[in-house]
Amino acid sequence: MAAVQDGQVESDAEKETKPDASNDVAGNSSGGARSMSPNAASSASGAAKAAAPTGPGEQQTLLAVLQFLKRSKLLESVDILRREAGLSDELDESQTNDGAAAGSASLLRRVSVGGAAATNIAATTTSKGAEDQPDVSIVLSAYSQQGDPALYQVYYSGLKNFIESVLDCHRAELSQLFYPLFVHMYLELVYNNHEHEAKVFFEKFSGDQECYYRDDLRVLSGLTKKEHMKGNETLLDFRTSKFVLRISRDSYQLLKRHLQERQNNQIWLIIQEHLYIDIFDGMPRSKSQIDSMSGSLAGEARREANKAKVYYGLLKEPEIEVPLDDEDDEAENEEGKPKKKKPKKDNLGSKNKKQDPNAPQQNRIPLPELKDSDKLDKIMSMKEATKKIRLGPDTLPSICFYTFLNAYQGLTSVDVTDDSSLIAGGFADSTVRVWSVTPKKLRKVKSAADLNLIDKEADDVLERIMDEKTASESKILYGHSGPVYGISFSPDRNYLLSSSEDGTVRLWSLQTFTCLVGYKGHNYPVWDTQFSPYGYYFVSGGHDRIARLWATDHYQPLRMFAGHLADITCTHFHPNSNYVATGSADRTVRLWDVLNGNCVRIFSGHKGPIHSLAFSPNGKYVASGATDGRVLLWDIGHGLMIGELKGHTDTVYALKFSRDGEILASGSMDGTVRLWDALKAFDVETDDFTAATGHIHLPDNSQELLLGTYMTKSTPVIHLHFTRRNLLLAAGGYNSQ
Amino acid sequence: MAEERRFAEVSRDSVKLMAESAGVEVGDEVAALLAEDVCYRLREAAQNSSQFMRHAKRRKLTVEDFNRALRWSNVEAVCGYGAQDALPFRPAKEGELFFVEDRDVNLVNLALATNIPNGCAETMVRVHVSYLDGKGNLEPQGTVPSAVQSLSEDLLKYYQQITRAILGEDPHLMKVALLDLQTNSKIAALLPYFVYVISGVKSVSHDLEQLNRLLHMVKSLVQNPYLYLGSYVRSLVSSVMYCILEPLAASINPLNDHWTLRDYAALLLSHIFWTHGDLVSGLYHQILLSLQKVLSDPVRPLCSHYGAVVGLHALGWKAVERVLYPHLPAYWANLQAVLDDYSVSNAQVKADGHKVYGAILVAVERLLKMKALSLSKPAEGGVGGQQGTAGGVLGFRESSPGLSPPPEPLSEAGLGIASHLQAGGAGCPWEDWTPVPLPAMYCELYSFFGDSLAVRFSTGPELEGCLPALPCQPADARKETVANAAAGLDNSRKMPQLTANLNISPRPDGSPHTEPPPPSLAATIPGRPFARSSSSSSSVQRRSSSSRPGQRSAGPSRDVFPKARFPPPQAGPPSFSFLIGGRQMGRRCQGRRFQTSFGPQPPLASLPPRAYAHKLPVIGRVSKPVRRWTCSHYSLHLPL
Repeated sequence: MAAVQDGQVESDAEKETKPDASNDVAGNSSGGARSMSPNAASSASGAAKAAAPTGPGEQQTLLAVLQFLKRSKLLESVDILRREAGLSDELDESQTNDGAAAGSASLLRRVSVGGAAATNIAATTTSKGAEDQPDVSIVLSAYSQQGDPALYQVYYSGLKNFIESVLDCHRAELSQLFYPLFVHMYLELVYNNHEHEAKVFFEKFSGDQECYYRDDLRVLSGLTKKEHMKGNETLLDFRTSKFVLRISRDSYQLLKRHLQERQNNQIWLIIQEHLYIDIFDGMPRSKSQIDSMSGSLAGEARREANKAKVYYGLLKEPEIEVPLDDEDDEAENEEGKPKKKKPKKDNLGSKNKKQDPNAPQQNRIPLPELKDSDKLDKIMSMKEATKKIRLGPDTLPSICFYTFLNAYQGLTSVDVTDDSSLIAGGFADSTVRVWSVTPKKLRKVKSAADLNLIDKEADDVLERIMDEKTASESKILYGHSGPVYGISFSPDRNYLLSSSEDGTVRLWSLQTFTCLVGYKGHNYPVWDTQFSPYGYYFVSGGHDRIARLWATDHYQPLRMFAGHLADITCTHFHPNSNYVATGSADRTVRLWDVLNGNCVRIFSGHKGPIHSLAFSPNGKYVASGATDGRVLLWDIGHGLMIGELKGHTDTVYALKFSRDGEILASGSMDGTVRLWDALKAFDVETDDFTAATGHIHLPDNSQELLLGTYMTKSTPVIHLHFTRRNLLLAAGGYNSQ
Repeated sequence: MAEERRFAEVSRDSVKLMAESAGVEVGDEVAALLAEDVCYRLREAAQNSSQFMRHAKRRKLTVEDFNRALRWSNVEAVCGYGAQDALPFRPAKEGELFFVEDRDVNLVNLALATNIPNGCAETMVRVHVSYLDGKGNLEPQGTVPSAVQSLSEDLLKYYQQITRAILGEDPHLMKVALLDLQTNSKIAALLPYFVYVISGVKSVSHDLEQLNRLLHMVKSLVQNPYLYLGSYVRSLVSSVMYCILEPLAASINPLNDHWTLRDYAALLLSHIFWTHGDLVSGLYHQILLSLQKVLSDPVRPLCSHYGAVVGLHALGWKAVERVLYPHLPAYWANLQAVLDDYSVSNAQVKADGHKVYGAILVAVERLLKMKALSLSKPAEGGVGGQQGTAGGVLGFRESSPGLSPPPEPLSEAGLGIASHLQAGGAGCPWEDWTPVPLPAMYCELYSFFGDSLAVRFSTGPELEGCLPALPCQPADARKETVANAAAGLDNSRKMPQLTANLNISPRPDGSPHTEPPPPSLAATIPGRPFARSSSSSSSVQRRSSSSRPGQRSAGPSRDVFPKARFPPPQAGPPSFSFLIGGRQMGRRCQGRRFQTSFGPQPPLASLPPRAYAHKLPVIGRVSKPVRRWTCSHYSLHLPL
């Protein structure tokens, strides 16, 4: 994995760095056993020269280097290294032939302290592909004794002085280096048991970091012992993943020249080992451009990470022979304006027939076939849709608020069916409660014995199977053993999914109101789950940082989406069901391809854990809301941030687009619902240059886009839903404290 | 960096103590290491627990969250702290030792207790149309939305108890009930019921006491911070308006002090409006309209008119300016007719007329005052502008009709305030309405009230700026007042009296008016030459002038206005303050004193006008600068 990354840098920087390799080594020859020069490839031999096998650990390293060289086909170097290190061929061969598994396992154990680390690395590596055996760079990613700990401050402040003295245009770019360097230097100090130096270093420089890294710094400040690094996930993430920076070529060369002049190997090493510098040609970015994209746990997304083609178009609606025409005629006759409706219908039909060029193949993902009841429902929804109110800045939706009263147990999640007939709440006392919003009561199916008695040929058999005695306005579902954090209705309203702290996702039948399946896989709290818009599939994500794709009839996940560096806090299906978006506490949104499990988009820019996601109805955009109260809008096709909506003062827990996508509603902990002009927000021309470079200019027009702020009384808004006629439903638990 | 100190630390000694209590001897070094590790683990657990809080969509970290974090890191959970209430954390007397209070619970008593606690109410979902078309809910005025929900046993009981207590006999019980209504956070479901009860004002219009209690109920509901009134505001407002405006059955008996009720209701109205006016769009406008309607309806009894006037007054001087002032000429004729009828049969009506007169006077006085104040703000700018304005003021007199008061600053100031009001209020558009410049307004008002219009000027050190032009008035315009004054004896217009220039004649109609108090201003500044002006002169007297000697010489010093009685103490920049004093006569009440001092207000002057105006809409809430205002704002203030 790391080798691949290095390769990227090499291609960019090989020419310039090669001559310096020897210099570096010379300058650092006394520094330590394993000093690396700027370029991984060219320095491998240099490092070997300086190195002498002094212990079993060192030998492991050398073996890893040998392996790397072999794979890189640098056979001469292999020979030289072997000779110099005094390694016998046999040893080497036996070690390597023992099988990569054994060797890598021991390496792994050495590198990643603790079992959690191993799983973590395994997770990340599996996602990258099997060829990524742990090798040189992973071995070296364990912090080793390098340089004098007392000089770290000097190094850092030297760089700081340099960056502060460069031209403004470069300063903003190079300032990005501060945070990752600071963290790595601090960790290095801690890892090598220089506790006092680490503390002094932290106190001196932690104030310089950007304010949005405050939470991370707080975690960091508590960590002063090597032992504590074991099992601290945040830090493991930092060590195992490279922090990605985007820097223009000019700035980068400026930096490199400086570091070479100063012989500042310490920093150069960290940059080489732990940072990934994505160099681009052209103008350096401005401070605001950088700020809008940074903030995530692992820096910005790499440019090539967002280059994959995404089929964001909608699937073709299945053509349904509409027997409702007669009904419609009747209705029209009643209303007395039959002419107006007919052409509308035709329009709808023709639109559906055209295949969206950006849409995936209809059968790219196998989708369940429509049942008769589904078709009926489709017809119903189409009929409703004709009565839909066209929203806009001048016609704002009406808002109905569903207040959960007496929710002493703590309301943790809410969902509403697409036709707005049922509402369900997940509670902290492990219960799931379902209410009927319409006068139609909730009824269970009769018991098996009673079912035997009914006439199966009767027309109203579906009505007869229901047990009238059980009719009630609400039902309680017991089964979980922890707070229910996520809840989702199936599109056909027959099932309900709930995810809980107990590590399971449960599937409930809304016919019998019993639990059908408990999906086990996440061994840690599952924060969110959601059904696919076509049913059958669902996605779940939780504390184990892996999102899983399931099908209701499989007890094991179909796909595992690994890559997030912290908890997955929310999951959402793309309207065409081919993609899944996940928001995470690592402050990125990722888009995964359901077909092959690849991560096709990484959106960085949030400054806090992301708690809500929403796709626009046309599938082109996604909105995400985070604990910092900001809502960010992303263009999926280009992989760019296209808007920032500021206004909320607390975590945004709910986002929803209106049925036609004109309005984005956001609901927050601060007890407000805000409506935003989505059409205007998306009315951004993305030119080729921006699309190619990924440099965005965000207009600061939140105030213009904000159409309204609607207050609740002591009630955080945790769910939003637009009915088929574009009435906005909001829900939350009344908080009496 | 003080980052490190933000964390609680477990000291080495604590670790040692714990170890000792567990029977283990721990060395210094070990204790130090352990302490550090414990700190780190605690921090880690705290950080982990916060994500449980975030996912539970809460702001408050609970013990449960922390326990979950502990459980997931394979640590035993802490038991016994699951209560929702905050635990009292107390210091021990000796030493710096803190502990959580842990009282013994007598289980026997608990088990044998006779009052078996009810279970919690059932969790339920209630739907409410919060915003229609993105606006506040629009329901027909005055209707109470049918209460849709079925109430739990407990709520029903609560409702019965509360209504019984409020409408019952025991004043203490009522107080308790009202207080609970004001602070209870769990009565949202009962709101429609209470609103319905309150809408019963119409059925108890014969009973002042009950009306009063219902109004208090409104107040409690309005002040409850947990209640979202939503569209019920409209219903509440209509109930309150009923108390203000309707000729209540109780007012047939002159012994009933329905005036106080109306005053209180007016106050409440303004309170509702300022605190909840934003819930219903156009509320302000609607209130104004209905008040105006009543005022313009001559068939209505005088007590309704009185209500309309105090209502306007309570809504602020802008409302007075917009509705009452333009309406005054038309209304005056009616009132005049009532007041001029000396027949015995008319005595009662006449007394009512006096009430209305008094109310109008108070309202108008504040209007003038506030307008003047709003003018003085922009004029603070520079000496030059001040000079010019002062000159203009001086010049604008009867003898030199060619000069007009500087219109720009006046109108600007007026509009400025208006726009703030509007922003803070219901957002009611002040379309096509231009404020009358202050001088003209004063002239007109003077024509009605004559000397009773008690705007006085005195020098004060703080309120800098030119005082508004209060120009003179043609003598013939002030019909009866001046005539009466000239007659000297038959001055029957005695409601709010002021200053010493009014000699009270014995009342011809024999109504029990008390003597007006001596002018407060004169009393407050004794030993000054008291240039008493004779009110017998029918010539033009009233005008304001700046107290600068230079300017005084410019005009003949015919100042009858009280301000002129006091020569300026020094030739500093002119600064003024108002004092309106007097006593408003009521027939039965002993005459409420109204004194609105507008004098030295250091914070006023120090505040930039913008900030000050910004504070304006929150009148009625408890914030300091506004408080001062409210006392002048509600000269009809009654102790609630």
